[in-house]
Formats: sequence, structure tokens, C-alpha cells
Amino acid sequence: MNDGRYGEYGGQYISETLMNELLYLEEQYNYYMKDPDFLDELNFLLKEYAGRPSLLYYAKRMTEDLGGAKVYLKREDLNHTGAHKINNVLGQVLLAKKMGKTRVIAETGAGQHGVATATAAALLDMECEVYMGEVDTERQALNVYRMELLGAKVNPVKSGTKTLKDAVNDAFRDWIARVHDTNYVIGSTMGPHPFPMMVRDFQAIISKEARQQILDKENKLPNMVIACVGGGSNAMGAFYNFIDDENVKLVGCEAGGRGVDTPYNAAALTNGKIGIFHGMKSMFNQGDYGQIAPVYSVSAGLDYPGVGPEHAYLKDKGRAEYVPINDEEAVNAFEYLSRMEGIIPAIESAHAVAYAMKVAPQMDTDDVIIVCLSGRGDKDVRSIAKYRGVELNE
Amino acid sequence: MSKIANAFKNGTAFIGFLTAGDPTTEKTVEYILAMEEAGCDLIEIGIPFSDPMAEGIVIQDANVRALKHNTTTDDVFDIVREVRKKTDVPLVFLTYINPVFFYGYEKFFKKCNELGVDGIISPDLPFEEKNEIKDIALANDVDVISLIAPTSKQRIQKIASDASGFIYVVSSLGVTGMRSEIKTDLNAILSDIREVSDLPLAVGFGINTPKQAHEIGKIADGVIVGSAIVKIIEEYGENATLTLKEYVSSMKEACR
Repeated sequence: MNDGRYGEYGGQYISETLMNELLYLEEQYNYYMKDPDFLDELNFLLKEYAGRPSLLYYAKRMTEDLGGAKVYLKREDLNHTGAHKINNVLGQVLLAKKMGKTRVIAETGAGQHGVATATAAALLDMECEVYMGEVDTERQALNVYRMELLGAKVNPVKSGTKTLKDAVNDAFRDWIARVHDTNYVIGSTMGPHPFPMMVRDFQAIISKEARQQILDKENKLPNMVIACVGGGSNAMGAFYNFIDDENVKLVGCEAGGRGVDTPYNAAALTNGKIGIFHGMKSMFNQGDYGQIAPVYSVSAGLDYPGVGPEHAYLKDKGRAEYVPINDEEAVNAFEYLSRMEGIIPAIESAHAVAYAMKVAPQMDTDDVIIVCLSGRGDKDVRSIAKYRGVELNE
Repeated sequence: MSKIANAFKNGTAFIGFLTAGDPTTEKTVEYILAMEEAGCDLIEIGIPFSDPMAEGIVIQDANVRALKHNTTTDDVFDIVREVRKKTDVPLVFLTYINPVFFYGYEKFFKKCNELGVDGIISPDLPFEEKNEIKDIALANDVDVISLIAPTSKQRIQKIASDASGFIYVVSSLGVTGMRSEIKTDLNAILSDIREVSDLPLAVGFGINTPKQAHEIGKIADGVIVGSAIVKIIEEYGENATLTLKEYVSSMKEACR
């Protein structure tokens, strides 16, 4: 799909000031994605710098404990900077550099995308500013310092709900003032075209690798692929190369927060309505009269009131299924995977692990599940301790 | 045919903006009438939105104030109903597209027609997405006002030739807000547009002093001021009428 539409979703609902820049970005993207030198450079960075391919790890103890389907973990947590975000960022920052830009900006929720962007900017010698909701700068203080270490400027966003959506607003406000020298490196499969397509393509390496890896290990395709969904980039990347494999069930796990029957969740596909926001037509959590709703999740990375347009499309088509996972289930999964496999997952990824814990026992022992472990959980240790009422002194 | 053309019959038009519901819906009615009385030729009424992405801090804060006491789209229509009891001044909504989409395009524009709203400006609805509302709006005699930015370049022709009402020329890069200086070569943009369109051209973003209004009034058909007006409302709250009138009449005077 390259007209910027996924069924009725997608589009370019954005200020006129940015339109020529978006058209230029799309043109440059299409050009460089066919340029062997660019692709060589990108693949070199993905391999030698980010550490790809990431492992597809058979979680034996977890599988035996759950007593059903074999569970494999796609270890995006082992990438440099600790999450899948680097896949997209290396692509976008390299593209920005080729386009002659000298500065990149990014929004961040949990801080993973901000860290990844700051990292790529350091590597490729670009100026970098990151917008992060003030609430998130507090719950992810370590990542703020990490970005600063990498030479980026972090701007705490004090407007609105002071979380991810407000960071996106301010990043767009920055970009609209500095289109000439700046590229906005969006962290998820969201925003106006070409971002959802571009981010998906850069993340599709997850499923490209995983598909071959599972064929090598199991000699068959998986029965199910599970990933967490905020904006939806790791899920889109994990799903993409399985979309044509009709027997592979695709499941996205949304942030159910304190429950989808309470106002404290961020499950846009479960609870949202169709709307137009942040440059795209998609599904959004919104109140009466179309005001974007404040959302909540224990996970800063999933704390976003919308979802990428291609997910809304996959849901409508019935190709992917989306389920809410609440905070308690995610925190349990966070602890479970830590103890069972010695892997501390990002609290975002723990949402996907939680669904695997539910569904694996109901499946046959010959069945195979791939869980996209989108990031590592070091950044979350403090907030999970707090969630459990444990006080940490430093 | 909407009443928008009337706004440009009286020399360079002065177009004022305020956010509906800031500080209250009653005061918004009063302030619109005051602005009209002081010389506004057209008034833009902002429908408050949770995430006004194209706005600078002054108008962002006005949106927050208006939403704090839950100003709804229906409240904004009520404001128009009250205003229309007193004046025929052309009125245009400034709104992000989601509140309109959510309300339902049919219902929204039918109501605009009934109450006498003459146009709609949507900062997140560029030419490529204009079909969302174009037909329904025009069927209800509501002009969809097109924006042209300093970055529009080769897009000017297609945007301008499809425009109606007036054309909103964005003076500068960035979001709304008062600027001490406007560096864009407006003359060049205005003459590019005039090659393809006979519509009135109104310039906005950043204008706040009579001197700026005078300079831009010399080359444009209209001068649009938002943040400076909203700032007065922010400062004076429920007692802004007099200051608003003084400001608007000084700006209108400077435009002539």
C-alpha cells in the first residue's frame, strides 16, 4: 500500500506548511529504498551497530510451565539501545542525513524511541532534540539522562496530559517551524503518510527474520504471532511478513490499564472510535464531541490514545485480532518472564507475554507461538517496584 | 454564496479570532459583538480542541481554559445563535477536523447553514484531504477556506484554483503566535496567488501591532489577528470588552 491509505484509514491530515515536506520525504524515501548504496549502508548499521539479526529464542521453561504451545521470543530487547526502536531510527536518521538535514527531532513516551534517536543522531553526527511529556520524564528519569549523555536535548512537554500525545503535538510544532533543516523521526507506525508506511518498512525486518528463523528451527510457520500495540510499530514489524500467511494468527495486545470498562486504559482498538488526529484517520480514544481522551497505562510506551492506521485496517479486515491486557496482567508477566527465563522484558512487551501466558496453555503442544519481545525492562524496574509498593533507595 | 465577500468591501478587512468558551460562552458572545462593533469585518470563532497542534502557547492555553468548563461544539453553535440575533457580520469557524468528523459532517454543516456560519478553516485539512468536507460544506453554503503557506510553492496553483470565500495566507513558518518581525516575502506569494485566483487574500500568523497591520494591509486584502486578541482575553478575563474594542479599532484603523 503506497497511496497512504489503508482502507479508509491513513491519509495526510496535517498543516499545509508541512505538505511539501511530506511529499519530498516520500519521494526521497522511495528513491533511497531503491538505492543499493543506501541499503548497503543501512544493512551494515543494522548488523554491525544494532546487532541484527536478533535471536529467536525458544523459551523452554516457560513453554513447559504453561504446558501448551511452544513459545519463542523474538529478542528485539537484545538490539543496541534495548528495543526494536533502533531498526526504524537508523533508517530514518540515515535518510534525513542523505536528504541534507542537519537536525532530527523525536517524540518519546517510555524514552526508548528518544534514546534510539539520540543514539543514531550521535552516530551520524546530527543535532537532536527530543520531546517527552513531563509525566514521562518523571517516570523514566533514567532515560532522560541517557538521552542527554548521548548529546540530545530533552524538552519536557507541559501541555495537555503531559504524556506521549502531547510530546507528538510539540514535535510537530517544532517541525513546522524548522522544516528546512529538520526531519521529524516519528517513532511509530502513525502520523501522516508516509510515516506509517516508512516505519512499518523499517520494522518489517522483525518478521522477515522471524519467519526464516522459525522455518529453520521448526520447519513450519508459527500458529500465532503476538506483539504489544501502542502506536503499533513493533507489532506492525512483527506481523508484516506473516500477513499473507493466512494460517498465522496475528494478535496485538493493547494497554488495558486498570480495565477497559474504566476510563483508565489506552486501548484504542478496543474502546476507541474512528477519528482524525496526528495526521491520520484511525481509531482513537475520544470523548464526546471528539476531544482526544486522556489515557492511562502502567506502560509509558503504550500510553497513547490512538493506533497506527494499518492496525485499524487489519482489525477491520479480520486479519489481526486485538486484545486488551490490563496493568496487573502485564506486571505479572513482567515478573514471570524474569523468574522463568531470566529475561526482564519491557513493561510494554510484557503485555504480549501476558497474552501468551493466557493462550499457550489452551493450545496444542505441537503449536508454535512467536512473541515479539520488543524491548528490555531495565528502564521499568523502578516503576514496577513502585507498582508493587516496594521502596527503592539509591 | 456566503457573506464572506462582504467582509472585503470596506477596504482592507480586519479579521479577528477568538476561542469559543474562553472565558465563558456568554462572554464569547459579548466579545464577538464588541469586536464587530469596533470594526472587525469578519470573525473567526475557534472551536476548542484538546490538541490544537498548529497553535502557539497563547491559543493553546485558551483551548485549555475553554475545555476546562467543557465548552462543546453545541455550545459553540449556541454562541453563533446568540450572535446572529444582533449582527450579520461574516462568521467563520476555525476548527481541527476531528470535532467536525465526530459531530458528523452532514449534521455539522446543516447546522452551520441554519445558524449562518459562512465558512470553515481547518488547519489539519490540506488540499489532499479537502474532499472530506468539500461537497457537504458547499451544499450548505459554507466556504472551505484554503490555507497557503510560505512552503506551498508549486502547490499554490491547485490550492488557489479550488479555493472559495477567501484565501488564508500563512505569513510564517511555525505555529500561531505573535512575532516581532515577519520575514517571508509576502509580496511574491501574494502575486503568485493572484495569478490564479481573484479571491480576497488575507494574511495571518504573527501579526499583532498596528504597524504590522498597516504594512500587510498595503499588500493584502485582509489582516488576520488571533493570538494578540486571545492574549487580551487571557489578561482581562471577563472584563475584556473595552480593551478589545480599543485594540480592534486601532488595528482596523491601521489596515485602511
